[in-house]
Amino acid sequence: MIRLKKNIAISDTGFVFDPSTGESFNVNETGMQMISFLKEGKTPEEITALITQEYNIDPLSFEKYFQDFMEMLKQFNLLTEKKEV
Amino acid sequence: MNKKKLILAATGLNNTDNPGPGIPVIRSIKESGKYDLRVIGLAYETLEPGIYMHDLVDKVYQVPYPSEGSSALMERIAYIREREKIDVLIPNFDAELFSFMKAEKKLEELGIRTFLPTLQQLEERHKSNLDAFGRKYGVNVPKSKSLTSLAEIPKLRNEFDYPIMVKGKFYDAYVAYNEEQVQMHFNKISAKWGLPVIIQEFVRGTEVNVIALGDGKGNTIGAVPMRKQYITDKGKAWGGITLENPDMLALTDKIIRGTKWRGGMELELIRTPENKLYVIEINPRIPAWVYLAVGAGQNLPVALVELALGNAVKPFESYEVGKIFVRYSWDMIIDLKDFEAISMKGEI
Repeated sequence: MIRLKKNIAISDTGFVFDPSTGESFNVNETGMQMISFLKEGKTPEEITALITQEYNIDPLSFEKYFQDFMEMLKQFNLLTEKKEV
Repeated sequence: MNKKKLILAATGLNNTDNPGPGIPVIRSIKESGKYDLRVIGLAYETLEPGIYMHDLVDKVYQVPYPSEGSSALMERIAYIREREKIDVLIPNFDAELFSFMKAEKKLEELGIRTFLPTLQQLEERHKSNLDAFGRKYGVNVPKSKSLTSLAEIPKLRNEFDYPIMVKGKFYDAYVAYNEEQVQMHFNKISAKWGLPVIIQEFVRGTEVNVIALGDGKGNTIGAVPMRKQYITDKGKAWGGITLENPDMLALTDKIIRGTKWRGGMELELIRTPENKLYVIEINPRIPAWVYLAVGAGQNLPVALVELALGNAVKPFESYEVGKIFVRYSWDMIIDLKDFEAISMKGEI
């Protein structure tokens, strides 16, 4: 299962820090929420449900954005396929 | 409680855009507050900025270039020793290490302690011996070859895919995309650093570094991994951040354990997109970014001084991840008499 790397840190300003590479990123409020959900180990389905409840967006449109976002996290080496204990 | 008196001598006062580690090493030891410290700077050139940093360096003596040989250096050190009872000497340049290592016994006779790698350690980690080093200690290294003449350049295409790295035996590294560029870099590097010129396979990835200190018995006293965040056109770190990277620390331990490394070292590594680590260089001394390690909780220069004094040092167990250093430049105003003193008398 693809997950957010365990040691990724995110602050309440949307500053994301990967301590293993030293890379840092900025995300907006929605991105911050999604990363927090991923950190909590929520599944894509659960995240879709939570976001579509809170924002005025239909699940199909959100999934497209979510896929893009996950692709970006993968590209920035923030995801891992290993199941981390 | 009275602080322990320590007279420290250090080279590498060239705090320029290609900085020597001398000033950050001195700063680390001074700021520890552990010693009643007197600092003797050893300088090669009259405009090394550290010469004029009187808050960090108490007295400076000019010393002969390493190319003048060990005996000229020792003659000068003996002169200095008559005036300053140096306890510990920390050489900070690759190019001078051989002379100081050869003179280790003589230095000891003068009561001057060092904590340097052995000649074997210095030799086998040499860029031109990196292939054998990788095989011996089971670490990934780029394929490399030593060149001693321009005539060997055309044959490189049978052994390497371009681009390749062209490196000096002590310093300087350039990427070359074709034979003409190899020739150009070969001429430039050999004129500055002599032969051989080293050719290395170009490994794609991110450069990461580790500063470490080995006790000479196979133990790592401290190690801090870093990624350069801002790199100058000379390839020097102008900003960097400490990393949490167990793989880099495990590799450092493996090298220190295998070689029984004695003294400071800097590992220059490439992390490939597949997260494989390649050792591209092992610098046999403390790097200029040492103060980042100190800021992150490991005062490696103080540990090195203690090891040099023959004291037991407990290994550091942690450091702060995400600590950043940012270098800056600063204009000092120097009186002509100071410049005159170092230029004419060779001391200030």
